[in-house]
Amino acid sequence: MPDHAEHFPGRIHQPPLVANLDAIQPRDHVEHPHHPKLQHHFDDMAQQVDASTLGMWVFLVTEIMFFGGLFAAYLVYRHANPEGFAEASHHLNVTWGAINTIVLIVSSLTMALAVRSAQVSAPAKTQVAWIVATMVLGATFLGIKAIEYTDKFRHNLVPGPNFQWTGKHPQPAEIFYSLYFCMTGLHAIHMIIGLGIMSVIGTMAWRRQFDSEYYTPVEVAGLYWHFVDIVWIFLFPLLYLIGGHFTE
Amino acid sequence: MAHGFHQHVAPPSMYYKVFGALIIGTILTVAAAKVDMGPLNNVVMLLIACTKATLVILFFMHVRWSSRLTWVVAMSGFFWLLLLFTVIGDYISRGWVPGTLR
Repeated sequence: MPDHAEHFPGRIHQPPLVANLDAIQPRDHVEHPHHPKLQHHFDDMAQQVDASTLGMWVFLVTEIMFFGGLFAAYLVYRHANPEGFAEASHHLNVTWGAINTIVLIVSSLTMALAVRSAQVSAPAKTQVAWIVATMVLGATFLGIKAIEYTDKFRHNLVPGPNFQWTGKHPQPAEIFYSLYFCMTGLHAIHMIIGLGIMSVIGTMAWRRQFDSEYYTPVEVAGLYWHFVDIVWIFLFPLLYLIGGHFTE
Repeated sequence: MAHGFHQHVAPPSMYYKVFGALIIGTILTVAAAKVDMGPLNNVVMLLIACTKATLVILFFMHVRWSSRLTWVVAMSGFFWLLLLFTVIGDYISRGWVPGTLR
């Protein structure tokens, strides 16, 4: 029988890994007592929050690419059918769109103040209040979006076999409404996910998990919320306001 | 404090000022859409939208106080958008100059 050490020399001669951990742990815990939320692979809280912020931005860059593709499609089709897009956009309700823009901007303000309240170790009630306000505004946005979508279904403006257009450019109008539903639909899905994230963050805040030393989750959730707001800042003029509203 | 960890905390007044600027931007966008400026309408509304987005990124998203590495990563996303729209700008501008490929 050949000796096992011949085939797996490392197995025999290496000391067990546990011994190494034992050597590290006392230094980590006794010489440098740290915040309970500090994970072991970070030097300190500042490095931890920097790493989390950076990671969230990497995700947001992929989101920029995701929405960027749709904006590119919009640009190409609008360039091909400028009059048709203007005519189709004219049927969107500018008032609802503008109200929703304001609602989202206010929700971004309450989100920023939620992050700030955690940064200054405000009472859990204050933190939860700002997060709940953000969620109420997000739900308001989705409610108004539902009213608008219902209106489009009632007037047969949903692309597909039942699409009807009385204007001069039925085909470009159908392309416009395809893009309208893709872009605002994807945005609305992001809003719904945002509401889910906020309910988790709100629960954590209620359990007094955030203070000036540790507020990474609420900060990172805020980055997501503001990003979704930025997408709408571009969607609103590009979809609602290209209809030549000066002709009224 | 035992851990000596302090991120920049902006005063509430800064958030309210940025908020005010965003609301004014929205009103300007709607107002500009009602004035016939030809192709300039698009330029104006996109300039206002870019300004609003910059305000949100710098102040609400705290990029103004973030590390250089976060700056680079955040800008890389917008740099990619610039590349994308440059390519589409090439596609759209075909034939504008006589003699270029259509």
